[in-house]
Parts: sequence; structure tokens; C-alpha cells
Amino acid sequence: MTDCFIYDAVRTPRGRGKKDGSLHEVTAVELATQALQAIRDRNGLDTAELDDVILGCVDPVGEEGADIARAAVLKAGYAQNVPGMQINRFCASGLDACNLAAGGIMSGQNQLAIGGGVEAMSRVPIGSSGGAWPEDPSIAIPAYFVPQGISADLIATLDGFSRDDVDAYAVQSQKRAADAWKAGRFAKSVVPVKDALGQTILSRDEHMRPETTMQSLGGLKPSFAEMGAFGFDSVAIQRYPQVEAINHVHHAGNSSGIVDGAAAVLMGSKEKGDALGLKPRARVRAFASIGSEPAIMLTAPAEVSQKVLARARMQTKDLDLFEINEAFASVVLRYLKVMKLTPENVNINGGAIAMGHPLGATGAMLLGTALDELERSGKSTALITLCIGAGMGTATIIERL
Amino acid sequence: MDLAQFKWEQGGDGIVTLTFDTPGKPVNLLSMAAVAELGQVIDRIAGDTSVKGLIITSTKQGNFCAGADLDEMAGIAGVGKDDAAKAVFEAMMGIHRVFRKFETCGKPIVAAINGTALGGGLELTLACHHRIMAQGGSGRVGFPEAQIGLIPGAGGTQRLPRMIGAMNALPLMLESRRIDAASALGMGIVQQTVPAAELISAAKAWIAANPKPQAPWDKSDFRIPGGGPFSKSGAQVFTVGNAMLRSRTYDNYPAQRFVMSAVYEGLLVDIDTGLKIEARYFTRALLSDNSKAMIRTLFHSMQELGKGARRPKEVARTEVKRLGILGAGVMGAGIAYVSALAGIDVTLIDTTADRAEAGKNHSVKLFDREISRGRSTPARKEETLARIHPETVFAKLRDVDLVVEAVFEDRKVKAEATAKTDAVIPETTIFGSNTSTLPITGLAQSSKRPENFVGIHFFSPVDRMGLVEIIVGKLTNDRALATAIDYAGKIRKTPIVVNDSRGFYTSRCFSTYTLEGLTMFAEGITPPLIENAGRMAGMPMGPLEVLDSVGVDTALKIERASRKEVTHSDRPSPPEDIMAWIVEKSGRPGTKAGKGFYDYDNRGKRARLWPGLLSYASGKWRSDDDVHEIIRRLITIQALEAARCYEENVITDPRDGDVGAILGWGFAPFTGGPLSMIDAMGAAAFVAQCETLTKKYGERFRPNRLLRDMTKTGETFYGRFTKRKAA
Repeated sequence: MTDCFIYDAVRTPRGRGKKDGSLHEVTAVELATQALQAIRDRNGLDTAELDDVILGCVDPVGEEGADIARAAVLKAGYAQNVPGMQINRFCASGLDACNLAAGGIMSGQNQLAIGGGVEAMSRVPIGSSGGAWPEDPSIAIPAYFVPQGISADLIATLDGFSRDDVDAYAVQSQKRAADAWKAGRFAKSVVPVKDALGQTILSRDEHMRPETTMQSLGGLKPSFAEMGAFGFDSVAIQRYPQVEAINHVHHAGNSSGIVDGAAAVLMGSKEKGDALGLKPRARVRAFASIGSEPAIMLTAPAEVSQKVLARARMQTKDLDLFEINEAFASVVLRYLKVMKLTPENVNINGGAIAMGHPLGATGAMLLGTALDELERSGKSTALITLCIGAGMGTATIIERL
Repeated sequence: MDLAQFKWEQGGDGIVTLTFDTPGKPVNLLSMAAVAELGQVIDRIAGDTSVKGLIITSTKQGNFCAGADLDEMAGIAGVGKDDAAKAVFEAMMGIHRVFRKFETCGKPIVAAINGTALGGGLELTLACHHRIMAQGGSGRVGFPEAQIGLIPGAGGTQRLPRMIGAMNALPLMLESRRIDAASALGMGIVQQTVPAAELISAAKAWIAANPKPQAPWDKSDFRIPGGGPFSKSGAQVFTVGNAMLRSRTYDNYPAQRFVMSAVYEGLLVDIDTGLKIEARYFTRALLSDNSKAMIRTLFHSMQELGKGARRPKEVARTEVKRLGILGAGVMGAGIAYVSALAGIDVTLIDTTADRAEAGKNHSVKLFDREISRGRSTPARKEETLARIHPETVFAKLRDVDLVVEAVFEDRKVKAEATAKTDAVIPETTIFGSNTSTLPITGLAQSSKRPENFVGIHFFSPVDRMGLVEIIVGKLTNDRALATAIDYAGKIRKTPIVVNDSRGFYTSRCFSTYTLEGLTMFAEGITPPLIENAGRMAGMPMGPLEVLDSVGVDTALKIERASRKEVTHSDRPSPPEDIMAWIVEKSGRPGTKAGKGFYDYDNRGKRARLWPGLLSYASGKWRSDDDVHEIIRRLITIQALEAARCYEENVITDPRDGDVGAILGWGFAPFTGGPLSMIDAMGAAAFVAQCETLTKKYGERFRPNRLLRDMTKTGETFYGRFTKRKAA
């Protein structure tokens, strides 16, 4: 099997996913375009050498529809022989796009490819693409469909995480993200989004609230109690009948933020990199995806981590660093518990609770964050994983070169 | 045209009035014959230039059309296994074709709804261009199909949401609500209401004003009211609707899900494709074991029992005009209310005037509630209350036709009340005891005329529970039985007839449910899991909650009495130990005290399981048992007890067993009752399941001889019964 090297990773800053967010004026295809242009320009890439550009996007309708990857390839001025493909595995789409790109290279069918993702959540709201899973009675009812927030609260209920536990995690995420920005730890990857005149629109993640404290979070009302009372709590309890009542602990302050953003990761074989004079930064050791129980939905990161560790013939202790998407605080707390990890090497530069979760792009962003951190700290291996809607998980292990 | 179901009259204005009149029936039925005639009618209308429009109405008093002919449907579904699906599907598509011709014929068609239009009857009106309903009166419209495991099949799932939006259409179909003319107008199901006498003139006026109408969904600019499934509001309807449906039904009712699916899938396509989708779901529902069992028990058997199927034919019809009730407690007061409501003169006796008066006051409260909800009137209240006479003197019972004894559940107290009554009542008066557990034959010994003594077991709350369990003692004669059945009919309760046994039929089977729940508690299964499993099994409450509601103290008393008198054991069972701990150690007798297994708020609403439960015994609790196994235990133990009752002749008619189980203690209605459930599973599969459970959990699951015999012969309860009746 051919080695797949990671040559570079870029991401846009994450804009607040609302009308007053800085990136709200920027189209989704423009966000993706700027990520593609940045990774081309800083590597002096002859784009005609690319075999594929694969972008994750979770609500591929409207301006994000009709294969936004190909649209971005064309808009970025890439050579016309570069195809584009948009994929969707909900929250892990960005990581799965990278895995798919890596898979092409490892199998020898491709030599050079870009994986990444884009989501302009302020413009194409979450849920815009509808879908059978939440709505079609023939799947929603037997699969015990509940909104993710209910699942997150169910995890907290089953694992006994209190409101204080999840809030404390959120405070830590905010602090770590603020410290990381202060220390310039994202400088290597973040490329500002600019307007057509070359003026910077946004250069920093703007969702962060470094001033967050236990007291400030304490004032927030649980977000999913009302929804639960509509019937979703009962659905969750019917799937987990050992539970008497759902403990609603999640709110906007301890859940991932809604943001706009895009990311791109350049991957290729050693031969291709050598030929183009690219310097490899890391190697993809293994990747995996898995399905898990869909009502609790968000517990697959641990399962897929075990799966990818086995595939890589590694053990948890062989890993130096973990990035698990902070979809909800309870997801991370459960991951720490099940994987028997300590917080010191998990999400050490913060995560989506502080910086936001631009659905289709996040996986690729986390890959870049892990890569930067391995290089900064001189550590060797990292595992990146995300929980996924409808009960799935994806994970990738990389090794710094 | 050769019409037998309808009368055709063409007026000088060219408007045809088609009057629905199913021969020989009190209500109109949308039979296949009626549909075929409607097909002829529409072809004639479309082709005859002299016809300017069509009015469909009915001559039946207060009835437009009661819906499909269920027996005929069952007949179509019964055409040999291979062809059944095709036959039903084709029949439904036949209805769709005729109804679509109505909509697209180009001439105005108006439904003049003179009375109740249900199911297929309402669907017939939906296929008209305009609906006018008679104001006031008792006429109702609605879709009762889902109640018996079916779905609307003549276009209801497609036309109604296209007319009033999925958000309003779904509850009407899922909850089988029946609404009056004013509500139907408010919801947009009918477009006009007029006094009954003006129906035809209003219809003619509409026809004159609308010579070329089209159904909204046949117009090019049609939009689904409230939006389709993937509009912003439509998405909410289905996403939340699915959850609400599961939270209410635990997904135990396939027809309910089929209604949701037919609406969801249908709204994504055009009306003709939608109708095809509906026909497929309807066919699936009709052919399911589930709907067959529900139709049999909840429609046919209930009707038959209500009409006195179990009544000794030789005895002339009796009528209770004057009733005596002994004991004005919760039960006596409830019995007084339902009896007075039925026009019976009630003498309500208790030991003090205050108590007797308080019993009457119960009716005042019930009336006030009904009046506040617009379901009764002050005049009706006055009239009814005037029939209830609170008394303290037994002599007042001198001229009653029937006595219902509802005193404290204690042999001595009951014997005393019986003797005092016997001393004053005429020899012909029937004496009914409302006991829930004490064998009737024993109680009858305290009567001078045990042949007139019968058990009339009511359920609480009496005004809402539709069942009366009539218990035949060893000496009870046919006249006593007939009187009890006739009385049940008069107060509009469904009677089942059972033979004497400890706990009779309902209490005996029901107690297996609570005892099994307590046994699980003793095993250390975490209480929420037991409770949720009970609800998921289709029971109205978890076993612990239901114990709270009947009173844990009461249940404890019964369990202790049963140990002393039946098993003669000195050692309390684990369930008894738990109940004693709850009642006597923890002072938590149940809902009435605001605390039992659960904590209750000050309105008696369940707040949460009492956290102190977890300190019971070892304090070791398991939460990882398979809920399906727990459900299996809870359901099997009840069904097995019902089968034992059948073998022991406590019940002799499976209809009593099934109807009694569903109406009496809320046994999972979607099964059609415990005996239907065993029949649908097959005795062999049920016995195998019992044997597995016996090995794992003990002798109480041991299948009885009757069931084991049935596995050899392949018989069913209903099959045996039909054979025995024929013999």
C-alpha cells in the first residue's frame, strides 16, 4: 500500500453563523474557493497535477448544492482537468473527504488530491437539506429519531454528567482556545478571508467568548428541555428505558457554535510530492468509520477510535494527541471516560464549543489543528475523531514525519 | 341505471339529488355495491348534458354515512392468502377511480351532510367539490379507522391534508376524534353549515354559482396548506409528529404509523400517486393480524356483548327503574351517577346522612366538570340529580328492582349489609355485589335468596370505565344474570360474564401484572426500567404506578388475604414484602396519600419515582436487562392467566376474555386482548415462550394443560369456541 502524506492544511477563520457574522456576506463557494486558492498559492501548486478535490458539505442545497466542490475548483481557477466531488457524512464530512482523498492515494489510484469542506451556516441554515431520517415516519419512528441536543442530554443522563460538569468543560474549551490564539498556535493554518479588493473581512475565529465563566454559563437555560417535552424525551427514554427522565444540561454555551468556514488539506504520494518539490508534514496511518446506536447518536467516537486503533495496530497509549469534535460537552466527557483519557492531551487548543463547528468543514480543520500541534510540540501521533448524526463516527490517525 | 343504494331525482333545474339509503340498515354503509352505483351515477352525470350538478345526501335520521362495511372488507381480505392483497388493493383503487371522476367530471358536486359522516362516509364528501353540513344536532364527522387498526382508505389521508394541512389533518386521523359541524367548519373540513332544512337549497345555490368547479389539488397553482413535508413548517409537523406519535403509542399501533407515512409520502407527489400510496398502506393495515384482532375485539365483540350476546335468551327483557346502592363511597357514588344519568331512580344508602349526601355530591362535581366543558347543561344536571336520593334507612329499599352493594371489601361488613337489605326488599329484587375479589358464591350464603345474588363488578372511575364484570355464582339464576346484563346495557357499559373464582377474571389477571412488576423489583431491576417496560408493553401505567393508583395498602391486604386463604403459607412472598415495606415501613400507601412508589404533586400528578426506593433490600440495582424480555414477562404472565381462566371456565367465551382485558385493566389494546394475542402467535409459540420463561423465572410461567393440548391440535381459542358453539 502506498503511503499517503499530508503536505499542507489551511482553513478560514470561523465567522459567527448569524446575520451579524463577518462571513455572512461571503458565499459558500467563495469560502471554499479561498481555501483552495490559499493551499495552491502557498505551495506553488500546479493544479493540473491534482487528481481530485473532495469537499464535505452537510446541507448541499441552494448555493451549496450542485456539487459545490466542482464549482469551487472552477472559481478558484484550478485547471479544468481537476474534478470536484461533494460528500456528506454530516459532521465528519470534512474528515471523510480527507480520508477519501487519502484512500485514493493509498490504493495507488490517485497521486495528489485535496480533501476539505465548507459550510456557510449563516446562509444555508442547518437542516436545510431536509431528509428522510428526521421526517419519513418509516425511518424516523423505528430509528427513534431525536434531535442531537436530546442525544447529548441523554448521554449526560446515562453517564451522570451534571450541569456543572458540562459547563466546566465548556469554560475549559474557551480558555484553551483563547490561550491558543494568544500563543499564535493557529497561525500556520488560518488564512484570512478577503474581499475582491484584497481587504480582509475576517482573520480570527469570532465565535469565541474567552470571558466565559461558570457563573456566566450558569444563567443559560437548557436548550432542549422544551423540545424534549414535545415528545422527544419520551422517544429517547423508549430507547433507553432504564432512564426515568432526561437531565437537560446542554445550552448554547456548552454546545458547538454555529459558524461559517472552509478548509482544505493537500495530500499525496511520496513520489508525487518529491516530483513537485513538496515537503511532507505527516503520514496518514489509518482511518475508519463506524455506525452506532442512532438515538444516542453521538457515542461512536470511542467505538471508531477502537476500530481505527486496531486497524493501525496501535493502542491508546501509542497516541500523543486527541482531537475530538466538541459537538456537545457530554460527547467529549464520555469519550474521556470510555477511552480512559486525561484532559491533558485531548483538544488542548480548545474546540468547537469555543470556536464553532462549520459542519462540513470541521473534520478537515481538526486534522490541520492536530498536525500543527504535533509540529509545535514535537509529538508524533494524533487521533482525530468526530461524532456524527444518525449514529456514526469517523476517525483518522496521523503520524508526524 | 339500476340503483338500490341511492335514490336519483332530477329537478327541473337540471340538478340531481342523490339520496343515500342503504337498504335494511339504520345507517348508510359505503359498500362495494354503493361504490359501483356511484360509478354509474358519475358516468351518467358526466355524459348527460341535461344534468347541471349533483347533490349527495341521505334520508337516514342523523346519519349521512357510517363508513365502509367492515364485514364486506373482511370478506375481500379473506379471498385466499395469495390473492388477498391484490383483491383489497384493487377494491380500493376502484373507489379511488370513482371518487376521482367525481372531482374531475367538470360539473359541481355538493355533499349535503345531514348527519354523521365517518370514515368512508366522510371521504365520500371530501371527493365532492363542496360540503355543507347541518347545523347543531348530533352529527359528527371523523376518521375512526385507526382505533381498530385501519387507516382511512377512500382518499382521506390524501384529500384531508391537502384541504386543511397535515398539521390539522393528522391528529384528526391519528386520534380518531369526532367533531361537530361547528368545529368541522372552523377547521375547513366543511365549507358551510346551515339549518338541516336548508341543506338542499343551499347546495343548489352553490351549484348555480359554481358551474365548473375543480378540486383545489387539480388546479395548477395548488399549494398544500401549511406547506409540504420539506417546507419549514411542514418539516416541523413530521419531525415533531413522529416523536409525538411514538411518545403516545410506543409504536405499538402499525396503522398509526401507516397514517403518518401515507400522508408524508402522499404529499410529496400528486393526488393520483398519493391515492395509490394510500391504497397500499390500507391493504397492509387491513391484512395485518393486528387489525383483524382489533376489529374483532374492539368492534364486533364489543358491539355483540353490548347488545347482550351473553344474555340468557329465555328470560324476558328486564328493566331496572329503581336501583338501591349500598355504600356511598367512591364506587357507590360513581354507580349512582351513571345510573341516574341513564334515567334510573337511585336510592343511595350509607351509614350517616353526611356520607350519603357526599356520595350524591360526587355527581354534582362530575356534572359541573361536564358543564364547564360544554358537554352537559344545568337543566340536565338538575333533572339527573333529582333522581339520586341519599338515605340512611334500609327500609327505603322496599321497592327497588336491583340492589348494588358497594360497601367495604370485607366479608362481615358485606354479610351484614346483605342481611339488612334482604329483610326489606321484595323477593323478586336482584342483589348485585360490587366486589372485586371476594367469591360471589361465598357472599351469596349470607343472602336468603342466593339464586337472586349476582356479582356486578364496576371499575374505577365508574363514569369513565366502560366495563362491567358480571359474576355468576354457583346458585345465581338466569333471571339475576339477565337483569345484571340488561342493567349494564341501560347504563351503557359493556358487560362480560364470568364464573365465580377468587378475583374473578379481571382482578385475577390484572394482579399478575403488578405482582410480576414487584417480582422484578425484588430481583433488583431498576424501577424506571420496570415502569417504562410496562408502558411500552401497551399497558396504561407501569406496574408500580398502577399499584399506587389502586392503593398499595389495598393490594397488600389482598395479597395477605390470598396467602392466608389460598396458599396457607407463613412466608410472605417478595412482592408482599415490598408492599409491606412501602406501606408500613415507609408510610407510602399510594396516590391518594400523594406518595407511594412515586412522589405526586398536590394535584395528584406523578412527579417522579420515590428516590428512597433505591434503598430497598441490598440496594443493588440492574439497569442492563433487555427491555423486550421484561415486556415479554409482563405480557405473558397476564395472557397465561387469561388462558388458565379459560381452562377453569372462569371465562367461557373468548370475547369476554378479550374485551374484559382491554376495557377492564387496559391490557395492550393493539393485541385485541390476551386470547387474541395467543391465537395470533399460535399456541405452540406461546407455550414455548412460557416454557423458556418458566426455566428462567419460575413455575408461575408454567403453561396450563389447555394450552399444551392446543399446541397438539393446532387449535385457537376462537376456533375452539366457534366449534363448541356449533356443537
